[in-house]
Amino acid sequence: MSKAKSEGGGHCERPLSPHLQIYAPLINMVMSILHRLTGAALYAGTLLLAWWLIAAATGPEYYRLVQGLLATWPMKVVLVGYTWALLHHMLGGMRHLLWDTGRGLQLHQVDMLSWLTLGGSIALTALFWLGHYAVRGAL
Amino acid sequence: MMRTPLKTVRRLGSAKEGSDHFWRQRLTAVANLILIPLLLLLIVGMSSADYSEVRRSLAHPVVAVVLVLTLLASLTHMRLGMQTIIEDYVHRDRHKVPLLMLNTFFAVFIGAICIWAVLKLSFGA
Repeated sequence: MSKAKSEGGGHCERPLSPHLQIYAPLINMVMSILHRLTGAALYAGTLLLAWWLIAAATGPEYYRLVQGLLATWPMKVVLVGYTWALLHHMLGGMRHLLWDTGRGLQLHQVDMLSWLTLGGSIALTALFWLGHYAVRGAL
Repeated sequence: MMRTPLKTVRRLGSAKEGSDHFWRQRLTAVANLILIPLLLLLIVGMSSADYSEVRRSLAHPVVAVVLVLTLLASLTHMRLGMQTIIEDYVHRDRHKVPLLMLNTFFAVFIGAICIWAVLKLSFGA
């Protein structure tokens, strides 16, 4: 039995299985990659949430300064991306919970769920921002 | 007597945590499915609020409790997820171990400052 090495075990030449660059992109693989990428983006995004909460706890001047910065165009793009990442990861997670029960694992079901995840996340993000601007009376 | 690597996977396995990582990832995922939509509704609801209204909303007991629960569930979830990413891509212990430590420090630090903010909004002057 070969023993797994945790420290620098890459000395012997092992055969490599084909990796990402070999395959044409498929929707299920793109959704799998996006699930991990959105998860990592949300990790960094907590800094933004923490900043906003601290601004609210600090006082009116600092809160207004932060709100002003968040209303600039680059930050608006970041915030739309943040909400999309959150909703996409949420729907992707629901897909994974379904798979955990052993359902939805047929290839055509996997592809359909992948497209639903993408379409659903875009629709929910649009709904969120429509709601935001509707409450502001800007629609 | 025949010895096989089975002995390392029996009971809690070689990492001595069994399915704990998997279970907590799913538990916090389901918690987030309830909590994150509430957070998004709260944010949409506060879209036109000025500072004093935002403060009052965030200091409401239900909102404050939901915020703390959301922070605990989502920060635990993202810490577990980032642990998996690190373990997938970083194989040398001298890089992996510090990164796994930093991962926990980051989640705990964000949790501490956010919960401090929620408590100050609830109980602060």
